Amino acid sequence: MEDVSGLLWRVLAGPLSAAVVIWLLCHKSKFYADFGPVMERQMAWIVAIIFLTGSTWFAYSAFSAVRDGAALDNQPLYQFLSVGDLDFSINWSLDKLSGLMLMVVCGVSLCIMVYSIGYMHDDPGISRFFAKLSFFVFSMFGIVLSGNFLMMFIFWELVGVSSYLLIGYWYERPAAAEAGKKAFLVNRIGDFGFLLGILMLWGITGEVNFVGVKNQLAAHAVDPNLLAVATVLIFCGAVGKSAQFPLHVWLPDAMEGPTPVSALIHAATMVAAGVYMLCRVSFLVFGSPVAMEIIAWTGGITALMAALIATQQNDIKRILAYSTLSQLGYMVMAVGLSDPHGSGYMPAMFHLSTHAFFKALLFLSAGSVIIALHHSEQDIWKMGGLLKKMPITAACFAVGTLALCGFPFMSGFYSKEAILGLAHERNHGLYVLATATAGLTAFYMFRCFFVAFLGKTRGEHAGKAKESGWVVLVPLIVLAAASIFGGWFGIPEWLVENNAISAEHAPQIVMIAALAAFAIGAGAAVALYARGAVADPLNRLPVISWVLRNKFFFDEIYMVLVKVGQGTLAWLCGFVDRWIIAGLVVRGLTATTRGAGQTLRLFQTGNVQTYALWFAAGATILLYCLVR
Amino acid sequence: MIPVTLEHYLIVSVLMFSLGLAGVMLRRNALVVFMSLELMLNASNLALVAFSRFNGNLHGQIFVFFIITVAAAEVAVGLAIIVALFRRRQTVQVDEINSMRL
Repeated sequence: MEDVSGLLWRVLAGPLSAAVVIWLLCHKSKFYADFGPVMERQMAWIVAIIFLTGSTWFAYSAFSAVRDGAALDNQPLYQFLSVGDLDFSINWSLDKLSGLMLMVVCGVSLCIMVYSIGYMHDDPGISRFFAKLSFFVFSMFGIVLSGNFLMMFIFWELVGVSSYLLIGYWYERPAAAEAGKKAFLVNRIGDFGFLLGILMLWGITGEVNFVGVKNQLAAHAVDPNLLAVATVLIFCGAVGKSAQFPLHVWLPDAMEGPTPVSALIHAATMVAAGVYMLCRVSFLVFGSPVAMEIIAWTGGITALMAALIATQQNDIKRILAYSTLSQLGYMVMAVGLSDPHGSGYMPAMFHLSTHAFFKALLFLSAGSVIIALHHSEQDIWKMGGLLKKMPITAACFAVGTLALCGFPFMSGFYSKEAILGLAHERNHGLYVLATATAGLTAFYMFRCFFVAFLGKTRGEHAGKAKESGWVVLVPLIVLAAASIFGGWFGIPEWLVENNAISAEHAPQIVMIAALAAFAIGAGAAVALYARGAVADPLNRLPVISWVLRNKFFFDEIYMVLVKVGQGTLAWLCGFVDRWIIAGLVVRGLTATTRGAGQTLRLFQTGNVQTYALWFAAGATILLYCLVR
Repeated sequence: MIPVTLEHYLIVSVLMFSLGLAGVMLRRNALVVFMSLELMLNASNLALVAFSRFNGNLHGQIFVFFIITVAAAEVAVGLAIIVALFRRRQTVQVDEINSMRL
């Protein structure tokens, strides 16, 4: 297997070297400021795309090797760290799961890199953008390929860093800088749980290697409660990264980054890393029914809540962001509901793959609209009538919408059906919730499409909109094709060994219910928005609309929590510091010393005769004591 | 006539010592203080000689020789200090010399 692991090194090296080359040669560095950048700034995209294409080629070779039955024997390749009992080596995991994910990441990031040439064309920081994007792709490959928890955690953090850098790419905008900080801090909470979970697992099994942990868990009986706690802690990492219910607040704000970044990182790949990680440690998740229950409900609640919020958002990217949240909720729910003896994590990974394509497509179409509006308008109520002005973009957005809503024979239809079938089989409460979410999804996506692309032109920028260039449209068309045909590639068969199971389809009733939900949602959107509404008719619903527009007040609640919690803690710390440490200990010490000094100072009169008196008195006392 | 005994010598010695100590502590002129100091030394010399005679050996007298030697050296050093002090401060009044006060 030397061959395959060599390939994997090269897969990783590609984007990393692209980032380094761009940073050193295309970016004006302060170390050689007098010379300016060695290469033109615009060369950055050529470097990035050449290296990424190379990586994709090696990744495809690795993928083919997996298809042909090669499997990595999980040998440690290089000892990274050895402390006491912890022996941490670098090793890869290359199997069908990571092979599929690798292909998804490669495909989507290539499309988005090409698209970025058009989107970022006039931006002065284009070299910085491509360097960061390449670095992100490197970190993402790292997550996909890592063969143990520690390596995954390291790449997990690197992905977080590059996400932070890219959200705050337009750092001169306060909103972008704030959003980057928020994403980083919220992710930190989840990552803390992840790290605790890793440590706990290491404590239980003494291994950090995926295969090692799996074997240890199979060989020894472990307290199921302990295991459930460890699993939930590890799930915390996914909650942060995949923006699940309590920690979802960072993702909508992350839309402050450039649209290609939103497409690649905050829709297609990075946020899916949490789901991928859960699938990677499925041996752990499947072993603990309590944890699975928690995971499933977290996902379900996120899906419904985000879909509700999305119905009342007006920023085109924020609608897509909440839709991403909702779909991620679906995937997490699917992991929680998986049937360990049946399809396993297949539905979750299937939906992850198809979602990567159609959500990237939707974001890129939205980006194309934003280009046409000169990067100055994202409110769908100020768009309108774009269908005639930019027909290809509109068609691509429509394809993405249909795929996302699960229109028959589009990719989303198959993957959503797999999840709904699973939910129908395993948990009826969640099944109802998921079907309702599907209806809401159709509603808000059609609302977005109708308002932005149909009707009369409502904003001044929208009136002058023109179709984007080919460099933008080609990736759109490629992704649209993937969104249409993604369900036909045989991803379920690829992921599930047992063909009998993967060929099984959900009961008829599930499909009918899903289609009914789609029809109701889409019909409601048609009734409300298709006839050229100028303002949202739902604004007239008093409380609900207000609550939804304000995203259930999560940001405000967190603000109060942080203020109250942190404020109290800070007050307490301040009290202890000011009165106990500074007052009692430090000042007490100085006061004693000072007082003693002041008293003793009285003896130092400077008069020799006084000293003689003291001396005589002292001698007398001494003598008295000796003679007595 | 009362025979002169050890007690008489010691009483004279104590009186001299006390007078010297009082002079050291109370007089203001440094030269007088110095003389009082000599008086204290000689008071101890008297006591030591008296003990020597009383015990019939020469131990006390050996101490006296030492004290006289030390006193001579001390007079040399002390007078030099007083002269230097006078040159610098134009005074030998000890209560005016208090620059060592904090």
